[in-house]
Amino acid sequence: MLMKGTAARMGVMKRVQLVFKAKANKALDKMEDPRETLDYSYQRQLELLTKVRRGVADVATSRKRVELQMNQLQQQANKLDDQARKALGLGREDLARDALTRKSSAQGQLNDLQGQYAQLQAEEEKLTVASQRLQAKVDAFRTRKETIKATYTAAEAQTRINEAFSGISEEMGDVGMAIQRAEDKTAQMQARAGAIDELMASGALDDVGGRRDDIQAELDQLSANSDVESELRRLRGEIAANTPKQLEGGPNGDGQAANGGQGQSQAQSAPYAPPAPLAPPQQAAQSAGIPVSDLPSANDQPQDGEGS
Amino acid sequence: MIVRILGEGQFRVDDTATTELNHLDTALETAVEHSDEPAFQAALTGLLAQVRADGSPLPPDSLEESDLILPHQDSSMDEVRKLLTDEGLIPG
Repeated sequence: MLMKGTAARMGVMKRVQLVFKAKANKALDKMEDPRETLDYSYQRQLELLTKVRRGVADVATSRKRVELQMNQLQQQANKLDDQARKALGLGREDLARDALTRKSSAQGQLNDLQGQYAQLQAEEEKLTVASQRLQAKVDAFRTRKETIKATYTAAEAQTRINEAFSGISEEMGDVGMAIQRAEDKTAQMQARAGAIDELMASGALDDVGGRRDDIQAELDQLSANSDVESELRRLRGEIAANTPKQLEGGPNGDGQAANGGQGQSQAQSAPYAPPAPLAPPQQAAQSAGIPVSDLPSANDQPQDGEGS
Repeated sequence: MIVRILGEGQFRVDDTATTELNHLDTALETAVEHSDEPAFQAALTGLLAQVRADGSPLPPDSLEESDLILPHQDSSMDEVRKLLTDEGLIPG
């Protein structure tokens, strides 16, 4: 690469310095009156200060976004862990496996984000320090600028201006690069953060508080079924204890009982009629030639045997 | 002698340290020329550590120009290459 001529063994340190100096001189040479250079440079410094402060704010915003995503992913991982536990408790190892697979994916994303978070934090710190250093130098430059202008004599001005100018422009080059690097890093991370947002929206990691995921739906179904079962057991227990006489009831009671047989609707419409023992009389009635329509609510199919 | 580490600030380094710094700087340059990543990392880290150890930080309001400028601690080899040409990383 840069092996040509005398540059061959100059070393990195010296060459970088020369490049900086060349940049500074180029800007300086544009001005006819050296005093103009001072004001021009000061304006540039103020602009750069604004820019570096904005840079700090931008990095902080990105850091907060990553933090938010980390929280969401952590909640998601916890939720999937709960689901896996619940699924195993219900004897559904397949569901538990599914939940743990997703948890592992969320955990992977979380680890990635933790790395990004640390990088953004470091970047934010660097820029903050850079902005403080630049501020100190800009203040010093302004003081010197005013002194030079007040005591201006063409003979000495150029040298003193050059000194002040090269000192500050080196700092500006450094800070300018720091902002550029921070912006590059932030842009990369924003792209990745966007990808994670999309992943969560797609349901692959299932956003907490968002739409319900299939694992949860199945668990809810399982748990609803088992609720129905326990309700049924409870009702049977109550009936057996409180109303033994109803078991001998007429066709009225028979029909109501036959109509029931599924979950809580039965409990409401026929609270005293246990389903299973009463089904046979209805069948008996049908086989005995009694029109089905004569039985109250007998348009429904007999339900015996179901739901238990 | 004043040395700037980009992204960190300026250090005043005693001239007696120059020989050691030049030695490390040559190693860094050679590593970049040969695209030798492990050597590059080692040389850069060593060079910067030497400057920090030998030098004392300049006050933030100093307007002195540096005699030497060194790349960022976390520079890639590509970044250093660009630093060595004036179309590179240095804004305006």
